[in-house]
Amino acid sequence: MNEHFKTPLIEAKGLVRTYEVRQGMFGRATPVRAVDGIDLKVMPGETLGIVGESGSGKSTLGRMLLGIDPPQEGQALFEGKPMPKLATPEWRALRAKMQFVYQDPLAALDRRLTIAEQIGEPLAIHNLVPKPHRETRVAELMSAVGLRPDQAGRYPHELSGGQRQRAVIARALASRPKLLVCDEPVSALDVSIQAQVVNMLRDLQEKNHIAMVFISHDLKVVRNIADRVAVMYLGRIVEEASSDVIFKTPLHPYTKALVSSVPVPGKLLQGRVILQGEPPNPANRPSGCAFHPRCPLAADICRTSVPQLLSVADGRTAACHMVTRAEASVAA
Amino acid sequence: MVKNLVELRGLKVAFDGVQVLHGIDLDIARGEAIGLVGESGCGKSVTWLAALGLLPGKATVSGSVRVDGQEILAQPRHVLEGVRGKRIAMIFQDPSSSLNPVLRVGRQITEALAIHRGLHGEAAKAEALRLLDMVGIPDARRRIELFPHEFSGGQCQRVMIAMALAGEPDLLVADEPTTALDATIQAQILDLLIALRAETGMATIFISHDLGAVSQVCERACVMYAGRIVEQGTIQALFDNPRHPYTRGLFDAIPRLDGPRERLIPIPGTVPNPRDLPEGCAFSPRCSHAAIDCRTRMPALHSTDDGRLLSCHHPVGSHPPIGVTHPAEARVLEPLS
Repeated sequence: MNEHFKTPLIEAKGLVRTYEVRQGMFGRATPVRAVDGIDLKVMPGETLGIVGESGSGKSTLGRMLLGIDPPQEGQALFEGKPMPKLATPEWRALRAKMQFVYQDPLAALDRRLTIAEQIGEPLAIHNLVPKPHRETRVAELMSAVGLRPDQAGRYPHELSGGQRQRAVIARALASRPKLLVCDEPVSALDVSIQAQVVNMLRDLQEKNHIAMVFISHDLKVVRNIADRVAVMYLGRIVEEASSDVIFKTPLHPYTKALVSSVPVPGKLLQGRVILQGEPPNPANRPSGCAFHPRCPLAADICRTSVPQLLSVADGRTAACHMVTRAEASVAA
Repeated sequence: MVKNLVELRGLKVAFDGVQVLHGIDLDIARGEAIGLVGESGCGKSVTWLAALGLLPGKATVSGSVRVDGQEILAQPRHVLEGVRGKRIAMIFQDPSSSLNPVLRVGRQITEALAIHRGLHGEAAKAEALRLLDMVGIPDARRRIELFPHEFSGGQCQRVMIAMALAGEPDLLVADEPTTALDATIQAQILDLLIALRAETGMATIFISHDLGAVSQVCERACVMYAGRIVEQGTIQALFDNPRHPYTRGLFDAIPRLDGPRERLIPIPGTVPNPRDLPEGCAFSPRCSHAAIDCRTRMPALHSTDDGRLLSCHHPVGSHPPIGVTHPAEARVLEPLS
């Protein structure tokens, strides 16, 4: 079956989200474009990784895909249909099919409820499983994420970080979602436990055919779990490709710098591209290509004209004047 | 013979009678960079908080911590204060919570300069500017008047490093200094730590669970598990040929950015609760190479013929003890990714 003819599970078309930020108590409000015209598609069962520095808008994008943050422009389509308005009964019904996993499981869990009660909550809220069968379903979910039956009566503070994240994932899976948006789900965990949770997510996804949007700043984890990766910089996607390709042969200078900044165990700092400067403030977006003040390749055109996200190869896009120009000259 | 800068001997810590650190011996030579690695809860940070007398009163600390031969453990406050911040400075994971939010950063740096170097007024300000410049804060003259919230996370960490440098320390203890930062900023801070060490010749202790970051900065590393050092050696030796199954497990768990995409190799289970340590080797319940003696007998930390320290009855990797075959060897080793 050709992927191109299927309806994407979720599709974003020109999503824009602007926040108003005040400088000081009486300062004038300036609009900040946190998400600035994002198009993307996620097929059923596929994992899309989203990487970028803090402030690049990746978390806002995740919330917009679930309809928690309504877009000011553009729209999100779920199974080809527009996302219903936030907090309407239709939206609530749809929320059973799409779930969110946060970075901090302790904040995402209610500390006065046992984890079994919390995992069972979505079953009650969406009225999915009749009350007498709920306990069985909760036990099933707990074993699916690798929690022991004797941990059912525990409170969040009695569990380790990895176990808490397992409980959050079990709760997200309770309503048998088709889409899971994970925002830095393993960033707070030790590398040994991180590997446990990543493997578990991969298994659960394969078994239940869940699509996933995996937001993280950790390129190594994203590469391991995602089929495709989108790199964000200041609210825009600057490069998108399959995860095998994008980290092996990054095209955009920003992706190159990100890949190069990952410390490799056992290797010394040598020949690495260390990006100078800080990510710019979204309230004060540089003209032209937003990356040009930090870019080693920047030319005059980069300061004046905004590069479009163009196809540079099969299934591969990039938004960089230097890259698209080079590709065009190769093609010519 | 060169005397060591800092010597920890049999450093033990207990909280409310629960032993969390079980006797740490560690020598730090002048100018040396040592990494402390291990999962959270293994005692990496506690080791240095205890050594510098920064633990709360309910902690019982014993053993010996010598700086240039002078004992500092359980010494009166004035002795400690001559060392803390002056000879040994420490920076932490979350820079924004280590800085005082209601004081300008310049004031916080000059405070350290007044305490440790007796600099006041214009002299202190000039030195603070020099330090901010040294840690790579652009436009230091203007930004010295700003408050911590006006700096980004990476810049706050730079300010922290500038404060740590104020006492011209002989040893900088960096406790997960880059964990909360973005990858590109992390690379900048690692670079800065390396450059500063080259420039000032201070020794560095780099506490991190990121083995990648440790190997950028350090020559030597100690792997800690459940309050003990389980393997210690040069970065090269540890990476090329980890002998302790825990060290090996930590390396194997790191996802790779190159090569084929394979299943990750986690270490099963979690770090044991210090209240409830397993008998014998503390790692044995999670160890794929554990044999019967591991469950009953605690392996001692001993030096091996290739110059590392190791505490394991049945090490993995090459150079098994000659003439000894143990049950673990008969098993199929996990393939290296």
